[in-house]
Amino acid sequence: MINPIEHLNKLFDSRVRLGIMSALMVNEQVSYNDLKELLNITDGNLASHLKALEESGMLKVQKGFVGRKTNTTYSVTKAGEKAFKAHINALEQMISNTR
Amino acid sequence: MNEQKQSLADLQHIKQMMERSSRFISLSGLSGIAAGICALAGAWWAADYVNGRKANLIDADIATTTAGSYGYSLIFNTWLFWIAAATFGAALISAFFFTWLKSKKQGVPLWGNTARRLLINVSIPLLTGGIFLLHLLQHGTFGLVAPGCLIFYGLALVNASKYTLNEIRYLGYCQLLLGLIALRFNGYGLCFWAAGFGVLHIIYGVYMWWKYERN
Repeated sequence: MINPIEHLNKLFDSRVRLGIMSALMVNEQVSYNDLKELLNITDGNLASHLKALEESGMLKVQKGFVGRKTNTTYSVTKAGEKAFKAHINALEQMISNTR
Repeated sequence: MNEQKQSLADLQHIKQMMERSSRFISLSGLSGIAAGICALAGAWWAADYVNGRKANLIDADIATTTAGSYGYSLIFNTWLFWIAAATFGAALISAFFFTWLKSKKQGVPLWGNTARRLLINVSIPLLTGGIFLLHLLQHGTFGLVAPGCLIFYGLALVNASKYTLNEIRYLGYCQLLLGLIALRFNGYGLCFWAAGFGVLHIIYGVYMWWKYERN
Protein backbone atom coordinates (compact mmCIF):
# COMPACT_ATOMS: atom_id res chain seq x y z
CA MET A 1 0.00 0.00 0.00
CA ILE A 2 1.21 3.51 -0.77
CA ASN A 3 1.99 5.60 2.22
CA PRO A 4 -0.45 8.52 2.12
CA ILE A 5 2.01 10.71 3.99
CA GLU A 6 3.93 10.99 0.73
CA HIS A 7 0.97 12.79 -0.80
CA LEU A 8 0.84 15.40 1.93
CA ASN A 9 2.23 18.63 0.60
CA LYS A 10 5.13 19.88 2.70
CA LEU A 11 4.20 23.41 1.69
CA PHE A 12 0.95 23.16 3.64
CA ASP A 13 2.67 21.88 6.74
CA SER A 14 1.61 24.94 8.74
CA ARG A 15 -1.63 26.09 10.28
CA VAL A 16 -1.20 29.58 8.88
CA ARG A 17 -0.73 28.35 5.32
CA LEU A 18 -3.70 25.99 5.67
CA GLY A 19 -5.76 28.95 6.86
CA ILE A 20 -4.66 31.20 4.01
CA MET A 21 -5.44 28.54 1.39
CA SER A 22 -8.79 27.67 2.99
CA ALA A 23 -9.91 31.30 2.89
CA LEU A 24 -8.77 31.70 -0.72
CA MET A 25 -10.55 28.52 -1.82
CA VAL A 26 -13.99 29.82 -0.81
CA ASN A 27 -13.54 33.50 -1.69
CA GLU A 28 -12.74 34.98 -5.08
CA GLN A 29 -10.19 37.21 -3.39
CA VAL A 30 -9.25 38.08 0.14
CA SER A 31 -7.48 41.23 1.27
CA TYR A 32 -4.34 41.24 3.38
CA ASN A 33 -6.19 42.84 6.29
CA ASP A 34 -8.98 40.27 6.21
CA LEU A 35 -6.41 37.47 6.27
CA LYS A 36 -4.63 39.07 9.19
CA GLU A 37 -7.89 39.38 11.10
CA LEU A 38 -8.96 35.83 10.25
CA LEU A 39 -5.71 34.20 11.29
CA ASN A 40 -4.95 36.59 14.13
CA ILE A 41 -1.18 36.74 13.53
CA THR A 42 1.50 39.41 13.19
CA ASP A 43 2.38 41.17 9.95
CA GLY A 44 5.82 39.59 9.70
CA ASN A 45 4.49 36.10 10.22
CA LEU A 46 1.68 36.49 7.68
CA ALA A 47 3.92 38.16 5.09
CA SER A 48 6.50 35.37 5.18
CA HIS A 49 3.86 32.67 4.72
CA LEU A 50 2.20 34.61 1.91
CA LYS A 51 5.56 35.01 0.21
CA ALA A 52 6.32 31.30 0.44
CA LEU A 53 2.92 30.44 -1.08
CA GLU A 54 3.33 33.05 -3.79
CA GLU A 55 6.81 31.87 -4.75
CA SER A 56 5.60 28.32 -5.18
CA GLY A 57 2.79 29.56 -7.45
CA MET A 58 -0.09 28.75 -5.12
CA LEU A 59 -1.52 32.27 -5.04
CA LYS A 60 -1.63 35.50 -7.02
CA VAL A 61 -1.14 38.97 -5.59
CA GLN A 62 -3.09 42.00 -6.78
CA LYS A 63 -1.98 45.39 -5.58
CA GLY A 64 -4.48 48.20 -5.65
CA PHE A 65 -5.55 51.31 -3.85
CA VAL A 66 -8.54 52.21 -1.73
CA GLY A 67 -8.30 55.98 -1.62
CA ARG A 68 -4.65 56.53 -0.74
CA LYS A 69 -4.18 53.33 1.20
CA THR A 70 -2.67 50.34 -0.50
CA ASN A 71 -5.04 47.42 -0.69
CA THR A 72 -3.37 44.12 -1.46
CA THR A 73 -5.62 41.21 -2.27
CA TYR A 74 -4.80 37.56 -2.85
CA SER A 75 -6.46 34.86 -4.88
CA VAL A 76 -5.69 31.22 -5.47
CA THR A 77 -4.09 30.03 -8.73
CA LYS A 78 -5.20 26.97 -10.72
CA ALA A 79 -2.09 25.15 -9.53
CA GLY A 80 -2.77 26.19 -5.96
CA GLU A 81 -6.34 24.93 -6.14
CA LYS A 82 -5.17 21.58 -7.46
CA ALA A 83 -2.41 21.21 -4.90
CA PHE A 84 -4.67 22.13 -2.00
CA LYS A 85 -7.40 19.70 -3.10
CA ALA A 86 -4.79 16.95 -3.34
CA HIS A 87 -3.61 17.84 0.14
CA ILE A 88 -7.15 17.60 1.52
CA ASN A 89 -7.60 14.22 -0.17
CA ALA A 90 -4.37 12.99 1.37
CA LEU A 91 -5.50 14.16 4.80
CA GLU A 92 -8.79 12.32 4.35
CA GLN A 93 -6.94 9.20 3.28
CA MET A 94 -4.75 9.36 6.35
CA ILE A 95 -7.84 9.18 8.48
CA SER A 96 -9.58 6.37 6.65
CA ASN A 97 -6.41 4.27 6.20
CA THR A 98 -5.40 4.14 9.80
CA ARG A 99 -8.89 3.42 11.05
CA MET B 1 -2.63 7.22 16.12
CA ASN B 2 -0.96 10.57 16.32
CA GLU B 3 -0.81 11.20 12.58
CA GLN B 4 -4.46 10.41 12.27
CA LYS B 5 -5.33 12.90 14.99
CA GLN B 6 -3.15 15.50 13.32
CA SER B 7 -4.88 14.99 9.96
CA LEU B 8 -8.29 15.26 11.53
CA ALA B 9 -7.30 18.44 13.34
CA ASP B 10 -5.95 19.88 10.07
CA LEU B 11 -9.19 19.11 8.24
CA GLN B 12 -11.23 20.69 11.02
CA HIS B 13 -9.01 23.75 10.88
CA ILE B 14 -9.53 23.99 7.11
CA LYS B 15 -13.30 23.72 7.48
CA GLN B 16 -13.35 26.34 10.22
CA MET B 17 -11.23 28.77 8.21
CA MET B 18 -13.41 28.30 5.14
CA GLU B 19 -16.55 29.02 7.12
CA ARG B 20 -15.13 31.92 9.07
CA SER B 21 -13.87 33.64 5.95
CA SER B 22 -17.05 33.24 3.91
CA ARG B 23 -19.98 33.08 6.32
CA PHE B 24 -21.18 35.26 9.14
CA ILE B 25 -21.25 32.72 11.96
CA SER B 26 -21.98 34.93 14.94
CA LEU B 27 -25.73 34.98 14.38
CA SER B 28 -27.10 33.85 17.73
CA GLY B 29 -30.10 31.62 18.33
CA LEU B 30 -31.03 33.92 21.19
CA SER B 31 -31.46 36.70 18.60
CA GLY B 32 -34.17 34.60 16.95
CA ILE B 33 -35.92 34.01 20.27
CA ALA B 34 -35.77 37.70 21.18
CA ALA B 35 -37.10 38.80 17.79
CA GLY B 36 -39.89 36.22 18.08
CA ILE B 37 -40.93 37.52 21.50
CA CYS B 38 -40.97 41.10 20.17
CA ALA B 39 -43.16 39.97 17.27
CA LEU B 40 -45.64 38.21 19.56
CA ALA B 41 -45.82 41.26 21.83
CA GLY B 42 -46.34 43.50 18.82
CA ALA B 43 -49.06 41.26 17.41
CA TRP B 44 -50.85 41.16 20.77
CA TRP B 45 -50.64 44.96 20.99
CA ALA B 46 -51.90 45.35 17.42
CA ALA B 47 -54.78 42.86 17.73
CA ASP B 48 -57.28 45.34 19.20
CA TYR B 49 -56.57 47.84 16.43
CA VAL B 50 -56.85 45.24 13.69
CA ASN B 51 -60.14 43.91 15.09
CA GLY B 52 -61.50 47.44 15.36
CA ARG B 53 -61.92 47.32 19.15
CA LYS B 54 -59.71 50.40 19.35
CA ALA B 55 -59.61 53.27 16.88
CA ASN B 56 -56.64 52.93 14.57
CA LEU B 57 -56.43 56.63 13.72
CA ILE B 58 -54.26 58.71 16.00
CA ASP B 59 -55.75 62.09 15.06
CA ALA B 60 -59.25 61.80 13.59
CA ASP B 61 -59.26 65.43 12.40
CA ILE B 62 -56.35 64.94 10.04
CA ALA B 63 -58.04 61.85 8.66
CA THR B 64 -61.18 63.68 7.55
CA THR B 65 -59.18 66.14 5.50
CA THR B 66 -57.42 63.34 3.66
CA ALA B 67 -60.44 61.05 3.39
CA GLY B 68 -60.60 58.83 0.36
CA SER B 69 -56.90 58.69 -0.30
CA TYR B 70 -54.34 56.54 1.45
CA GLY B 71 -51.39 58.91 1.34
CA TYR B 72 -48.33 58.59 3.54
CA SER B 73 -49.72 61.20 5.93
CA LEU B 74 -52.67 58.92 6.57
CA ILE B 75 -50.50 55.85 7.01
CA PHE B 76 -48.32 57.71 9.52
CA ASN B 77 -51.51 58.74 11.35
CA THR B 78 -52.41 55.15 12.28
CA TRP B 79 -51.49 53.32 15.46
CA LEU B 80 -50.78 50.19 13.50
CA PHE B 81 -47.98 51.81 11.53
CA TRP B 82 -46.23 52.93 14.70
CA ILE B 83 -46.81 49.59 16.45
CA ALA B 84 -45.23 47.89 13.43
CA ALA B 85 -42.31 50.32 13.46
CA ALA B 86 -41.77 49.89 17.22
CA THR B 87 -41.96 46.10 16.91
CA PHE B 88 -39.45 46.09 14.07
CA GLY B 89 -37.11 48.40 15.98
CA ALA B 90 -37.30 46.37 19.20
CA ALA B 91 -36.74 43.10 17.32
CA LEU B 92 -33.77 44.54 15.45
CA ILE B 93 -32.11 45.94 18.58
CA SER B 94 -32.59 42.80 20.68
CA ALA B 95 -31.46 40.54 17.81
CA PHE B 96 -28.39 42.71 17.33
CA PHE B 97 -27.60 42.61 21.04
CA PHE B 98 -27.41 38.81 21.31
CA THR B 99 -25.44 38.48 18.10
CA TRP B 100 -23.01 41.12 19.37
CA LEU B 101 -22.70 39.11 22.59
CA LYS B 102 -21.97 35.89 20.68
CA SER B 103 -19.36 37.51 18.45
CA LYS B 104 -17.58 38.83 21.55
CA LYS B 105 -17.61 35.36 23.07
CA GLN B 106 -16.23 33.82 19.86
CA GLY B 107 -13.61 36.51 19.56
CA VAL B 108 -14.51 37.32 15.96
CA PRO B 109 -15.17 40.89 14.88
CA LEU B 110 -18.85 41.68 14.40
CA TRP B 111 -18.34 43.93 11.42
CA GLY B 112 -16.34 42.63 8.49
CA ASN B 113 -16.50 41.23 5.01
CA THR B 114 -18.94 38.48 5.95
CA ALA B 115 -21.27 40.76 7.92
CA ARG B 116 -21.34 43.23 5.04
CA ARG B 117 -22.20 40.55 2.49
CA LEU B 118 -24.93 39.15 4.73
CA LEU B 119 -26.44 42.59 5.28
CA ILE B 120 -26.48 43.46 1.58
CA ASN B 121 -28.11 40.18 0.63
CA VAL B 122 -30.76 40.41 3.34
CA SER B 123 -31.51 44.03 2.52
CA ILE B 124 -32.22 43.67 -1.19
CA PRO B 125 -35.40 41.53 -0.90
CA LEU B 126 -36.37 43.22 2.36
CA LEU B 127 -36.20 46.80 1.07
CA THR B 128 -37.97 45.81 -2.14
CA GLY B 129 -40.68 44.18 -0.05
CA GLY B 130 -40.96 47.21 2.22
CA ILE B 131 -41.52 49.59 -0.68
CA PHE B 132 -43.98 47.19 -2.28
CA LEU B 133 -45.97 46.88 0.95
CA LEU B 134 -46.09 50.65 1.47
CA HIS B 135 -47.53 50.84 -2.02
CA LEU B 136 -50.16 48.24 -1.12
CA LEU B 137 -51.10 50.29 1.94
CA GLN B 138 -51.47 53.39 -0.23
CA HIS B 139 -53.94 51.49 -2.35
CA GLY B 140 -55.78 50.23 0.69
CA THR B 141 -54.99 46.58 0.03
CA PHE B 142 -54.51 45.76 3.70
CA GLY B 143 -55.27 42.06 3.36
CA LEU B 144 -52.07 41.40 1.43
CA VAL B 145 -49.73 43.08 3.92
CA ALA B 146 -49.26 40.13 6.31
CA PRO B 147 -48.72 37.51 3.59
CA GLY B 148 -46.47 40.02 1.80
CA CYS B 149 -44.31 40.49 4.92
CA LEU B 150 -43.91 36.73 5.28
CA ILE B 151 -43.14 36.12 1.61
CA PHE B 152 -40.54 38.88 1.23
CA TYR B 153 -38.96 37.98 4.56
CA GLY B 154 -38.80 34.34 3.50
CA LEU B 155 -37.09 35.30 0.25
CA ALA B 156 -34.62 37.47 2.17
CA LEU B 157 -33.71 34.56 4.44
CA VAL B 158 -33.28 32.07 1.60
CA ASN B 159 -31.04 34.59 -0.14
CA ALA B 160 -29.07 35.26 3.05
CA SER B 161 -28.47 31.60 3.87
CA LYS B 162 -25.44 31.48 1.56
CA TYR B 163 -23.71 34.03 3.74
CA THR B 164 -24.46 32.77 7.24
CA LEU B 165 -25.36 29.57 9.09
CA ASN B 166 -27.13 27.42 6.53
CA GLU B 167 -30.10 26.47 8.74
CA ILE B 168 -31.64 29.88 8.16
CA ARG B 169 -32.62 28.62 4.70
CA TYR B 170 -35.22 26.33 6.27
CA LEU B 171 -36.62 29.17 8.34
CA GLY B 172 -36.93 31.04 5.04
CA TYR B 173 -38.79 28.15 3.39
CA CYS B 174 -41.23 28.00 6.33
CA GLN B 175 -41.91 31.75 6.19
CA LEU B 176 -42.50 31.53 2.43
CA LEU B 177 -44.89 28.61 2.81
CA LEU B 178 -46.77 30.34 5.61
CA GLY B 179 -47.05 33.51 3.53
CA LEU B 180 -48.44 31.60 0.56
CA ILE B 181 -50.98 29.79 2.74
CA ALA B 182 -51.97 33.12 4.35
CA LEU B 183 -52.99 34.39 0.90
CA ARG B 184 -55.90 31.93 1.00
CA PHE B 185 -57.14 32.96 4.46
CA ASN B 186 -58.48 36.48 4.27
CA GLY B 187 -58.92 38.18 7.64
CA TYR B 188 -56.44 36.00 9.50
CA GLY B 189 -53.40 38.01 8.45
CA LEU B 190 -52.31 38.92 11.96
CA CYS B 191 -52.52 35.27 13.11
CA PHE B 192 -50.26 34.17 10.28
CA TRP B 193 -47.97 37.11 10.88
CA ALA B 194 -47.65 36.18 14.57
CA ALA B 195 -47.08 32.53 13.69
CA GLY B 196 -44.32 33.40 11.21
CA PHE B 197 -42.47 36.23 12.90
CA GLY B 198 -43.23 35.08 16.45
CA VAL B 199 -43.56 31.32 16.75
CA LEU B 200 -41.23 30.30 13.88
CA HIS B 201 -38.50 32.67 15.08
CA ILE B 202 -38.68 31.23 18.58
CA ILE B 203 -38.60 27.62 17.36
CA TYR B 204 -35.66 28.43 15.08
CA GLY B 205 -33.87 30.33 17.84
CA VAL B 206 -34.25 27.53 20.38
CA TYR B 207 -33.03 24.97 17.84
CA MET B 208 -29.97 27.05 16.89
CA TRP B 209 -29.15 27.80 20.49
CA TRP B 210 -29.46 24.11 21.36
CA LYS B 211 -27.27 23.09 18.45
CA TYR B 212 -24.47 25.69 18.65
CA GLU B 213 -24.49 27.64 21.88
CA ARG B 214 -25.65 25.36 24.68
CA ASN B 215 -22.24 25.19 26.34
